[in-house]
Amino acid sequence: MKTESRILLSLGLFFGIMCAVYWRWSVENAGGVMMFAGMLLCFLPGSYYFWWSRRMKERPEDNPNATQEEGAGFIGTFPGSSIWPFVLGMGAFFSVLALVFGIWFLLPGLFLGGWAVLGGSGEGRRGGKH
Amino acid sequence: MTDVLDPTHVHEEDHGHEEHHGPTGILKWMTTTDHKVIGMSYTITAVMMLVIGGLFAEIIRAQLTSPNSGLVSLAQYNELFTMHGSVMIYLFAGPFAFGALANFLVPIQIGAPDMAFPRLNALSYWLYLTGCLTMLSGFFTSGGAANFGWVGYAPLSNSMNSPGAGADLWIGALLLTGFSAIFTGVNLTATIFYLRAPGMTMFRMPIFTWNMLVTGILILLAFPVLTAGLIMLYCDRHFGTHIFSVAGGGVPVLWQHIFWFWGHPEVYILALPFFGMVSEIIPVFSKKPTFGYKGMIFATLTIAALSLGVWAHHMFTTGVVLLPFFSAMSLLIAVPTGIKMFNWIGSMWRGQVWFSTAMLMAIGFVITFLIGGITGIYLASPPLDFFTHDTYFIVAHFHSVVMALVLGAMGGLYYWGPKMTGYLLNEKIGKSQFWFLFIGTQVFTFPQYLLGLRGMPRRMAVYPHDPQWQFLNQLSTLGAVLIGISTILFVVNVAVSWKKYPAGDNPWDGHTLEWFTTSPPPHHNFYRLPKIRSERPTWDYNHPEHKALAHGHNNDGVNA
Repeated sequence: MKTESRILLSLGLFFGIMCAVYWRWSVENAGGVMMFAGMLLCFLPGSYYFWWSRRMKERPEDNPNATQEEGAGFIGTFPGSSIWPFVLGMGAFFSVLALVFGIWFLLPGLFLGGWAVLGGSGEGRRGGKH
Repeated sequence: MTDVLDPTHVHEEDHGHEEHHGPTGILKWMTTTDHKVIGMSYTITAVMMLVIGGLFAEIIRAQLTSPNSGLVSLAQYNELFTMHGSVMIYLFAGPFAFGALANFLVPIQIGAPDMAFPRLNALSYWLYLTGCLTMLSGFFTSGGAANFGWVGYAPLSNSMNSPGAGADLWIGALLLTGFSAIFTGVNLTATIFYLRAPGMTMFRMPIFTWNMLVTGILILLAFPVLTAGLIMLYCDRHFGTHIFSVAGGGVPVLWQHIFWFWGHPEVYILALPFFGMVSEIIPVFSKKPTFGYKGMIFATLTIAALSLGVWAHHMFTTGVVLLPFFSAMSLLIAVPTGIKMFNWIGSMWRGQVWFSTAMLMAIGFVITFLIGGITGIYLASPPLDFFTHDTYFIVAHFHSVVMALVLGAMGGLYYWGPKMTGYLLNEKIGKSQFWFLFIGTQVFTFPQYLLGLRGMPRRMAVYPHDPQWQFLNQLSTLGAVLIGISTILFVVNVAVSWKKYPAGDNPWDGHTLEWFTTSPPPHHNFYRLPKIRSERPTWDYNHPEHKALAHGHNNDGVNA
């Protein structure tokens, strides 16, 4: 976890310095704002990992001498197949077409999207099929 | 086999689900959440986009063989170059890198059973596919496809100058593919941070995986900016806002800032995965560990960091950007890229180089990228950029870069294709494909450099009757034809070698974990995993006579 946090924090620090230099030197604000936001986006997960890396015990993947047995056991739920991403994708597709061809495309778009959210969260509770 | 965990025997009851009984046929492709199947879908779609974008390019080049050929109308030409750029950048290069190969390889390279969010991964693919359909369907609308260039500069892209559904379809397609990319970025980052196998520390990850991690972070930093910009553009077009129009007090150049704040990191989002592929191919075919592993990673991170501070080098001629800042930052990128160049050469140095097709493609990548990179250093200097901006010199520069990526992509397909399908491709056809592609690329770009220096502007369907310009244009078209032949050879090769040459698990004596599992890998990727003690676990397992050397240290932690 330490390496992960260091990467993000040093990227954020770099963007912070760059933002300060740019803000001071340049006459436009858009770039400064975007770099500031980039810095925040790095600091947010980076500081979270940093906070945890000092409190959690070393994970097997961070231990250079770990054996495969240390990582055995339950990793997580990996659904073998699910139709909901497809339905949600089609919902997004129709919603985008509504931007182009008219508001009525939003009907199937929102219907499919809503159906996929309901179906997908139900599947998430059950753990999905394997 | 004490150092190998065989979960099918050790925890039989926990791993009953390793046997996968999912749907078959078309339903399998529609409902899958397996990163390998999604990766294959991405690969097929992206290669189709490469062919479509390539066809647009051939028509553009055919139009330019004579000063006023009249093959296509001026309006059609505008649509063609816009869609050529859009298809290649948004629909081929990026999705091929982070959707196709990364999706397939990253979990296997770090010893994970799947991506961290398998269903989100499937959603990414569906958003990408519908994005492709949305963008290309512009050709079937009455006004034609988008025609304002792949950068969509304001005010050309507003509703007055570009009315019609084509432009809106372009915006919609980028919203869809943009979210697809963001979800893939989330997935890659989470997978690499949380699902590594025991012993796979960050500094033992294959360089391809490292580059994909950095690409994932860059996607998360850059793509939301583009999506926000597109929504603003849509509001300007339809809801009467004036964010990018002077008439209502807006700032047209703001679009350029937003676009290139995404657009320049995007260049590295495209390039880093291919750097990673080449960094895997070269050491394996040189029978050596990567030269300067940590230097490579440092270079990747530095490129990523710098890439967010160079966007306005695309805007030098607007006259409202901070020239010294952006020039200096752009020149600085040459340093980490140079480190990579030397490390690739160092990896080959005194190795037993095996000139397979994949290796040839990787070497072709290094040479072509060097040409594109060095001309990029010229362009980082504002006086030279003022002289060459919007000429064919720019076109030649970025085509050297992206054709290098195509060489890298082909190298990746020849190298990992056997892992994905279980079958090798024909090496003889592959090598002739390489020579057509490599020579074609140089014949295609070099005349364009000269054309640019002689002042030919880009995005022109007709040009003055100048015999020199015409000859150089014809030469460039010849190069494009050679590249086209190489693509046909690739398709022929896939057809000829279809299920003909079984690859086995480890045809190249590979270094990284993907060569430890079967070809193609089983559901959830591994029956067993080796002990991971260096960045080359498979090599260490297959060559126990060689001591594992992790970054210059041997097993006992002593400096070697």
